[in-house]
Amino acid sequence: MAETTDIADLHGLPLDAWHRSRGARMVPFARYSMPVQYEGVIAEHLWTRESAGLFDVSHMGQLTFHGDGVDRALETLLPGELQLLKDGRLRYSMLLAEDGGILDDLMATRRGDHFYVVVNGATKYGDIEQFERRMPKGIVIDHMKEQALLALQGPRAAEILENLAAGASELSFMQGGAFTIGGTHAWISRSGYTGEDGFEISVSATAAEGVADALTAHEAVKPIGLGARDSLRLEAGLPLYGHDLDTTTTPVMADLQFAIGKRRRAEGGFAGAMRILAELENGAVQKRVGLAVEGRQPVREGALILDAEGEEVGRVTSGTFSPSLQRPIAMGYVATALGAPGTELKLEQRGKLFQATVVPMPFVPHRYHRKQGA
Amino acid sequence: MSLHFTGEHEWIRVEGDVGIVGISNHAQEALGDIVFAEVPESGRSLNKGDEAAVVESVKAASDIYAPVAGEVIEANGALADDPALINRDPEGQGWFFKMRIADKAELDGLMDEAAYREWVKTL
Repeated sequence: MAETTDIADLHGLPLDAWHRSRGARMVPFARYSMPVQYEGVIAEHLWTRESAGLFDVSHMGQLTFHGDGVDRALETLLPGELQLLKDGRLRYSMLLAEDGGILDDLMATRRGDHFYVVVNGATKYGDIEQFERRMPKGIVIDHMKEQALLALQGPRAAEILENLAAGASELSFMQGGAFTIGGTHAWISRSGYTGEDGFEISVSATAAEGVADALTAHEAVKPIGLGARDSLRLEAGLPLYGHDLDTTTTPVMADLQFAIGKRRRAEGGFAGAMRILAELENGAVQKRVGLAVEGRQPVREGALILDAEGEEVGRVTSGTFSPSLQRPIAMGYVATALGAPGTELKLEQRGKLFQATVVPMPFVPHRYHRKQGA
Repeated sequence: MSLHFTGEHEWIRVEGDVGIVGISNHAQEALGDIVFAEVPESGRSLNKGDEAAVVESVKAASDIYAPVAGEVIEANGALADDPALINRDPEGQGWFFKMRIADKAELDGLMDEAAYREWVKTL
């Protein structure tokens, strides 16, 4: 995870001093100095699943898109159903290259007369450049550089947030709205990257410390670092761009077909549609799968996946020791024919062989707050 | 009994020609939560600087090197089921292996405890 970045070149998050005052160990990530842990990765991970964790994700890019036909314009680069997306609703999607490869994954929200899009921190400048170059003319893109983004995740998140932002607990999963939190404007969505019920809170950078203080004043809330963020999302089966998703993976390969809207499958009209629709029809060569690894030793990104004959059939793209399951888990790409749950495979890491089984994801069940009938 | 440290944050506690090897408190703190440790088999011959053991945290794997040459005579069986013992007691119960030291003169190249603790402060 550590990058070869000069310390002097790193940016500070709006909450930089706040993190350090809480004993955070800071590491370089996405050109920022970011907290990897406070108390410890495993303790923070388990706390999030049992109580509520507060994550600073202000490194991510918060963008707005304004203009006539902005939904149709975004649809040229994203494969999701955006024209029919209702006001205040979020959609997980991907920025696609012309060959159907994934340039980034993101969340897009219809907010009244514009779209609000959150992209990954490490890729945000590249994404903005892509949008500016490839979107139809007339769309105005704003990068909200003075905006912070916090995530409150866990079974107690709703109860705690409701006390500070009245009405927030009424949101359903993948819905957002404008709220007041501690006297400041916030856009709050019921969404996250942990598999737990939770919220993402967008506030101005100057208000971030006050909001973070207000949330952590509650004894059920602890600050959580990048280490636990990674183990939580992996348990939830959620891909990490740059590792499980990259320009060589398509949405079909990545097992993200759910994000391709039904109308979009029939009509196409998005970057890489020809290839992606063909893959939907005929299957893709490789697919992203979950792996349950035997033993206790983690098998990580870069390990090879071998079939029973020892032939290379894929690669591991993420792996860790699962604090919730107390065993190693991994994600990787394997030849589609070998991707069915129950398939026994071998993994090779630093000359050592491991037994693994393809398993469905998520590894730990999601606990999203979906309203009745949703 | 003498206690020596390497520049890779291993320690070796020597009594007679037997040395007990582990990682320092600084090392376990830097690693974070340890989830796995692989220890060498009894009978294995090690040269100074050889990869002797592996320790894994949630985020990364780290190699443990033999501080001096010798033969492994015992590995710490407690680490298989409780790798977090290394975090809790890195310089005591969290030892990795015991070895019969081939040449005690190799200990001269290591830091004594005072020198190691001073050096760690500078990191």
